[in-house]
Amino acid sequence: MTKYVIRRLLIAIPSLLGISLILFTVLALAPGDPFEELATNPNVPMEVRENLRKQFGLDDPVMVRYVRWFKSMVKGDWGFSFASRVDVDKLILQRVPVTLFVIGSSQIIALLIAIPIGVFAATRPYSIFDQVANTFAFIGFSLPTFFTGLLFILLFSIKLDWLPFVYRADISETGFAWWWTHFKQSIMPIMVLALFQAASWTRYVRSAVLDVVRLDYVTTARAKGLNERSVIVKHALRNALIPVVTLVALQMPAIFGGAIVTEQIFRVPGIGSLLISAILANDTPVIMAVTFVFACLVILFNLLADVLYGWLDPRISYR
Amino acid sequence: MAGSIPASATVDALAGGAPSRPQARWGTEAWRRFRRHKLALFGTIILGLIIFGVLVGPWLWKVPINDIDFNARLAGPSLAHPFGTDDLGQDLFARMLYGGRISIAVGLAAMVIAILFGVVIGAVAGISSGKVDAALMWLTDLFLSLPQLPLLLLIIYLFRDSLKNIVGPEMGVFILIVIVIGGFRWMPVARLVRAQFLSLREKEFVEAARALGASPFRLVARHLVPNSLGPVIVAGTIDVAAAIIAESTLSFLGLGFPPDIPTWGRILFDAKDYLDVAPHWALFPGTLIFLTVLSINYLGDGLRDALDPRKVM
Repeated sequence: MTKYVIRRLLIAIPSLLGISLILFTVLALAPGDPFEELATNPNVPMEVRENLRKQFGLDDPVMVRYVRWFKSMVKGDWGFSFASRVDVDKLILQRVPVTLFVIGSSQIIALLIAIPIGVFAATRPYSIFDQVANTFAFIGFSLPTFFTGLLFILLFSIKLDWLPFVYRADISETGFAWWWTHFKQSIMPIMVLALFQAASWTRYVRSAVLDVVRLDYVTTARAKGLNERSVIVKHALRNALIPVVTLVALQMPAIFGGAIVTEQIFRVPGIGSLLISAILANDTPVIMAVTFVFACLVILFNLLADVLYGWLDPRISYR
Repeated sequence: MAGSIPASATVDALAGGAPSRPQARWGTEAWRRFRRHKLALFGTIILGLIIFGVLVGPWLWKVPINDIDFNARLAGPSLAHPFGTDDLGQDLFARMLYGGRISIAVGLAAMVIAILFGVVIGAVAGISSGKVDAALMWLTDLFLSLPQLPLLLLIIYLFRDSLKNIVGPEMGVFILIVIVIGGFRWMPVARLVRAQFLSLREKEFVEAARALGASPFRLVARHLVPNSLGPVIVAGTIDVAAAIIAESTLSFLGLGFPPDIPTWGRILFDAKDYLDVAPHWALFPGTLIFLTVLSINYLGDGLRDALDPRKVM
């Protein structure tokens, strides 16, 4: 298992390199100068700009620039935000925990919804329950997150006035009241993401369980006289989850995309909303760093999925 | 459709005539399977109505999309304005008909690009084995693990202004969005095509064609690609929905089309600050996006049943 994890780690490095290469190419191909902001600023004299260009090595050959850029990216030396006059790494480190909290809890809730419904539907294929679940799944992943978010605000904040629609990082209450306010403001952003993911995963779980339930070893387990519950949970589900883990990992980029949208709707102070505000403010260092962080997070979660995959299916880690 | 294209002239000749009967039966068989999926039929009808509406609607509903009328600000649905008006008193029905054209055009164009890329890369990977295949699959996996929305935003942010200067604001944004969305959606198609190629190229009819001296290009173009189109059509259908969502997301974040081009996502973006006084403004475009995407997804599901009988979910 350790060997397997190390091998996975080594495989993650080329993909990190590849992603950084794509990012850098996009940046290098882009018209305009990253120092345009300084160039149009009359307070910055010509010599300072030339010195900055030299200091950042903007006139060096492409390969040299890439290596230096990649080194500084990996070291977390992401420069200085034009808009908020803070170091970019500080800005991002403040924001990452919020994003991870929202994404993490929404994924857990999504799995808690998807696995029971998917298994229940798969054990009774083409029943009424299955058809209703399937219809809801279709509706769920056809509803774009931005529209679900607006519908939630319309229903729970405006019509019913139950939940606040702005996520606040600075809650003044303390103790239990803090938890309660925090819980209330987290419900909508988390549920928007969770319902969207749960909808597509329900279908994955259903079809995976359906594939496994017909196999001989499940029949054997039933023939041994095990009760249906342990046949499904211990024998069928564990094997059915293997392909589901892969699909969940493949969905990771889409999940982060959804997180950007929800953070923007509910003004959650995560890196997604940071990205949008940076784009609107033409804050290039922040934009580059956030995109890079997103790429790293996707790779990290893919890695976690791979490890989980090895744990669920020992055949993989011994190969 | 895959069924209507003869597998190959040589195979038909080898079978000793009777060229079109099995194919025709295959087509009707696909249609029969598709018809059995009631929701897919229903989705196709709804989608047809929406497309018909946005194509023909602007000729029938002649209210200009940018006719400002401050007397009718934020008015709810009425006979004069079936979908109500926005904060400038512009008729939302006319705007949505016009914007729908763009949203759907973006979806279709991005799908075409994704399929072109996917088929070419998948075909090259599937026909060549060894290093080329491994490299292309590594590239596919790499693209699959890219954070797409942040990259989309980054690329649009970096390239928008210069493209605007070259081909004008509307066309520039359209081309950029279509290429970028299409460029991030080819990977599933490439994998499908490659997998199909790997199994098809061992089949007898391909061997027969090769024995008859067909060049590799002819093999790919006449035998392998037409026979692997079934799953590609299904993936392409789903891609249209995904591209429409992607375009709406960009516009919703305020980074897609400029304000004077009212795509559905853009209307939602403008509407989101008036949810409390004018919920209709957000509800109509949102529902339209939802209905379009839902219909396309059901259509794709029906096509999967019809064209890809092995993978019935």
